[in-house]
Amino acid sequence: MPLEIPKDKWPGSVRAVTIGAASADGGTRSKSITIGGQTTLPYLHFEAPTPNQPVVGIEIKSRRPEDWSTLLNEPWGDVMDDPAAWAKKAEEAGAGLLVLGLTLADSPEDAVKAVKSVLAASGLPLVVWGPGQAEKDNELLVPVAEAAKGERLVLGICEDKNYRTIVATAMANGHLVQARTPMDVNLSKQLNILISDMGMPKDRIIMDPTTGALGYGIEYGYSVMERLRLAALQGDAMTQFPMLVTPGYEAWKTKEAKVGEGVPETWGDWKTRAVNWETHTALALIESGADIVVLRHPESVARVKAAIAELVTA
Amino acid sequence: MALSGIQIYKMLPQTNCKECGFPTCLAFAMKLAAKQVELSSCPYVSEESKKQLAESAAPPIRLVALKGAGAEVKAGNEVVMFRHEKTFYNKPGLFIHVKASDPDLAAKVAAADAYKVNYVGMDFTVDGFALVLDSDAAAAIQTVRGATKRPLILIGDAAALQAGLSACGGETPLLYAADASNADALAELAKGKAALTVKADSLEALADLTQKIQAKGVEDMVLDLGGKNLSEWLTRSTQVRRLALKANFRALGYPVIAFPCDAKDEGLAAAQAIAKYAGFVVLSEFKPESLYPLLVLRENIYTDPQKPIQVQPGIYEINQPKPESPVLVTTNFSITYFSVANEVEGSGLPAWLVVTDAEGMSVLTAWAAGKFDAERIAKAIKGFDVASKVAKKRVVLPGHVAVLSGELEAELPDWEIRVGPREAVDLPAFMKQALN
Repeated sequence: MPLEIPKDKWPGSVRAVTIGAASADGGTRSKSITIGGQTTLPYLHFEAPTPNQPVVGIEIKSRRPEDWSTLLNEPWGDVMDDPAAWAKKAEEAGAGLLVLGLTLADSPEDAVKAVKSVLAASGLPLVVWGPGQAEKDNELLVPVAEAAKGERLVLGICEDKNYRTIVATAMANGHLVQARTPMDVNLSKQLNILISDMGMPKDRIIMDPTTGALGYGIEYGYSVMERLRLAALQGDAMTQFPMLVTPGYEAWKTKEAKVGEGVPETWGDWKTRAVNWETHTALALIESGADIVVLRHPESVARVKAAIAELVTA
Repeated sequence: MALSGIQIYKMLPQTNCKECGFPTCLAFAMKLAAKQVELSSCPYVSEESKKQLAESAAPPIRLVALKGAGAEVKAGNEVVMFRHEKTFYNKPGLFIHVKASDPDLAAKVAAADAYKVNYVGMDFTVDGFALVLDSDAAAAIQTVRGATKRPLILIGDAAALQAGLSACGGETPLLYAADASNADALAELAKGKAALTVKADSLEALADLTQKIQAKGVEDMVLDLGGKNLSEWLTRSTQVRRLALKANFRALGYPVIAFPCDAKDEGLAAAQAIAKYAGFVVLSEFKPESLYPLLVLRENIYTDPQKPIQVQPGIYEINQPKPESPVLVTTNFSITYFSVANEVEGSGLPAWLVVTDAEGMSVLTAWAAGKFDAERIAKAIKGFDVASKVAKKRVVLPGHVAVLSGELEAELPDWEIRVGPREAVDLPAFMKQALN
């Protein structure tokens, strides 16, 4: 019997956003990446092709992180003391872009040095996060943005309480911004409006709707992302941005991933469970619309990349 | 597709006889549309209308229940494409793949059957077993039944399935699988006794086959969509769900079975199947480190978005606190509560845990939404009369809401306000180092 498959036709689409600038475009990246551009829901090839693949980023830090799970020391080892070496190893592990997290211990000089060393060590596009305290973020990100002028970095993290300084320096120096809001469609829109109102070009904004890890609120992040993507396709301009989420950060702070002792036996083998925690969180979010997932463990990176390769096959 | 009250009204006698207990036929029709009354309350409805209304009332995706020897698992009856539109109802059953010829069959089934893992106060288990009948079927089922009561999926050719089915008296197993070559024989076998998996190379062929099998008298079917990778499976599963829900296409209005056990990355294929509409999921083996994340994902995806899992606001005693024990405060979102309670409990350190009414939101979300502010925390501290239980008026705030400490000092002037760690996992160290 012939079947007529119900197909959705959407009036809107997601904006395509390019991260990283090669020398021809005023930067030093060996290649740039473009995300977004979708005209339908994720990987429904019978409606429309997937214009740009989702990208797996690897999170590295300017200093050896004190609070990361010991499971992460194993694959990374000594390079965790040196952001440039870490960047190289992350590129070898298959990262599509790098996410460099600065810390509270960094001075502006340290931050600039770390960013420059990472840019010199790897040609991948780069996201730079402040340590997560408004004043310190601004203190570090402004000199970083100036020192890396023209590289099309993504500067994070803009939140409703602290976005002006970061947006201004991103605009002045040819970078992009990561706009983070706590798992709420309207708050996402609102922050995107505030950032656009400052004059930031719309092809230089990436939304970070925040997520919870598997078992710790992933269903909120998952549904907010589905709703944001539906809104974008329905034509709501202030939701038509690609989405970045951080399953690595979220998964590795859960007890299930972080620790191997003093947990129920029914949780099974620690390492396999921990990597599953990260990959399952990432895959669910990729299927709900993530354009960039930032991960931590190289095995997760390999598995999620293989899954992406299958998903984008028409 | 569900009919509106007006559409139903047109099929009723429209005499307003009131014998149904409602003043008018329209009122009764409205109640019918809301599924609050049964059509049988109307003594005068015509046979023709009865038939039409019964058809429209049938769920777009048939509910299929597999019954074991005292345990049951259901799939189907779903009504939305996205969980935020309403909710997903029947969690996909997770089945473990075992073989009749396996000398360790009894032990493997027993180990998986006994598995029980706790997540935020709920116990999760596997749902059943997919048994490949590759040797004496009756003997294998006897072995399996010695180790579990859970429902079975029987996998084999027609002869093996017949032998297997006759050894499953009183149960409703799922037979795997009918295709174009054996549909007649398996339909005959399944009729009235089992649910039947149907598989074909395309959705068109699948729809033809289910209609043919239904004509033989089999109502409970399950679809195997095939699909050689994540992309194909997502496409087919989405198309079947859309055809059922949006086009009311009955021939594919059945639950779907997924076999991540055949995929390159079993864990991720299973995760996709759970998020994207599978009714039954077959896993290659029982491994807690693989199963537990999937059970949690299933619970998360199938949580009703309108009703976050909450715990009762109040003051909770952990490890028999004494008056000098610290007072911790958090929200009543169950995941938040259990993260905090489990950490403190595990540390062996006594504490008073004040759970505020944050409308079931986590600390950060509640704070952003104005449901976890200084006023609410102060109200909880006062309302639960925490002061009468403790010798030292000192309360520990979650690190994520450090900004509230000033306001809270103003609300609770005789209390010392301390800022704890951001994550629950760091609480024991904080309690040991900072609270002495």
